[in-house]
Amino acid sequence: MTDQFPVLIIIIPLLFAVITPLLGWWRENLCYPWVILSLTLCMLCSIFVLGRVIDTGVVIHYYLGSWAPPWGIELVIDHLNALMLVIISTTGLIVAIYSKNNVKQEIDGSIVYFYTLFLLQVTGFLGIVITGDMFNLYVFLEITSLAGYALIAAGEDGAPFASFRYIIMGTVGACFYLLGVGYLYIVTGSLNIADLARLLPDLYGSKVILVAFAFFFVGIAIKMALFPLHAWLPDAYTKAPSAASALIAPLMTKVAVYVMLRIMFTVFKPSLSIDILPVTDIMIWLGIAAIVAGAVMALAQTDFKRMCCYIVVAEIGYMVGGTGIANSVAIKGVILHILNDAIMTLGMFVVAGIVYYQTKGHNLTDFRNLFKKMPYTMAAFVVTALSIIGVPPTCGFFSKWYLIQGAIIAHCWAFVAALLLSSLINIILFFRIFEIGYGFHETHGHGHGHETVLISEAPMSMLIPTIITAIGIMLIGIYNQPILNNIIQFAVPKL
Amino acid sequence: MLDFIIGKYNYWIYIVLMMIGFYAMIGKKNLVKKIIGMNIFQTSIILFYVSTAYKKGGATLPIIEHAHGHGEHASHAIEASSYINPLPHVLMLTAIVVMVATLGVALAIVLKIYRRYNTLEEDEILKAIK
Repeated sequence: MTDQFPVLIIIIPLLFAVITPLLGWWRENLCYPWVILSLTLCMLCSIFVLGRVIDTGVVIHYYLGSWAPPWGIELVIDHLNALMLVIISTTGLIVAIYSKNNVKQEIDGSIVYFYTLFLLQVTGFLGIVITGDMFNLYVFLEITSLAGYALIAAGEDGAPFASFRYIIMGTVGACFYLLGVGYLYIVTGSLNIADLARLLPDLYGSKVILVAFAFFFVGIAIKMALFPLHAWLPDAYTKAPSAASALIAPLMTKVAVYVMLRIMFTVFKPSLSIDILPVTDIMIWLGIAAIVAGAVMALAQTDFKRMCCYIVVAEIGYMVGGTGIANSVAIKGVILHILNDAIMTLGMFVVAGIVYYQTKGHNLTDFRNLFKKMPYTMAAFVVTALSIIGVPPTCGFFSKWYLIQGAIIAHCWAFVAALLLSSLINIILFFRIFEIGYGFHETHGHGHGHETVLISEAPMSMLIPTIITAIGIMLIGIYNQPILNNIIQFAVPKL
Repeated sequence: MLDFIIGKYNYWIYIVLMMIGFYAMIGKKNLVKKIIGMNIFQTSIILFYVSTAYKKGGATLPIIEHAHGHGEHASHAIEASSYINPLPHVLMLTAIVVMVATLGVALAIVLKIYRRYNTLEEDEILKAIK
């Protein structure tokens, strides 16, 4: 039974997604527990698989339909994607629990379809991460993207147009990836990642390989919203329904970073992108550009969700730049940052959803007096904000620490400067919100005439996931050493 | 030079088609024209994959003649060079499904945009949003 867990991780949400419309047609209320059931099972499976990878230290191979690897599709789970599986399924579960009231308020009437797409999206994420086959990865990439387009289009006014732009750009990205797969197939005749890794090193001089690499890189860069190609992200994530943006924003970009790491270090040998092509140097500068641009653009926003979107753009810069530095410390930082950034972005968008639920807006001015109205939500918000800034007990500090350490070892001073600049800008961004939230401006002039603000917290189904996220941020920060020593250390490619 | 172009004309057509699609996606203001461009872009990739499967010298469909149940012919070895590669075709069947789904989602969203703004021109929509 436990041998089947790798495939169950993707089969469970897929099967449950197909049944959701039928179930919803019969009883709409059952959809919510149904989604939670499926994601709980999925999370248990992935935690079990992660545990097994940690215990035995061997890579799990699962042959779909018992077809041997170069011909059949293979699921491969090593330390890196076992960690990714747990991140994705846990985030999915937290957002699913959180979505109850949100969905009723924002997209009443199509709850059934929302949950179907929600599960399909999670299936796609899990599939991208778990598969060991290049073409299969493309199919899962499109499953996620299509579910994402539809989820985003269900949002507030202007969302369909944002989603349309995302479709156009996302399709170009996916097509470039597909072309890259095609080029590799021409020269090797294989689609299996392990098989490609074996066949490719002899062909590194070939122009076909270089073209394939370029197509992969640009395609994935569009999907992860790397700075000059980020134009689709802010609109799409700002206007998506709260629950959808809380699911897509933390995971889509992070999964794309994972695919980038896989292609650079598993499909191709690290030597290709470090020695033969000057890709890593380009990546450092792209990363720096993304960090600076993301931070500066975030400063210019008056909308909270949009500001978070630009922070995501900057965080992508951290990860791409860290990958570009390409020493083991920096890569360790990148992988830890995938985990941290997923949970931090989740925290931000979850809070944004609560603010939208309570105030019907997500402008910065909507935070007025919220610290008195919703003390618990705002406590979680402060923890998340401190983590994004990078204050020690929270998790954000540690991944930045490793990234900076790696950059110093490699003498990339520009990257260090960009990272510190973005941290400083984050301080301004969040303390501005704290100031609005405490309402310093109003009470200043007329101290005795202050009105009492009643506490009106968000409903429990939203509050509990938010607080769990905040606690998660603290725990990952405190237990970062066990995570690094047991998982991430083995996930770092041998450079 | 001319031989180089004519000898691999299918690959050249794939590039030309792809650029036409790309131009339509970037240059055209009408949303439906953008979608058509997107579709041409994707179709060019199908042409590319199918071209890679082709073999010169009279290779035919990968349907094995004289297979099971044909007595003495059953032992004939299968010569790979006399059959075109079926795998890219199969991959493209999957890709076509993905493309149809993308097209469907895109058209549905355009419908939603049209109902909201009563236009399909990008600049008019941008004006209405602001």
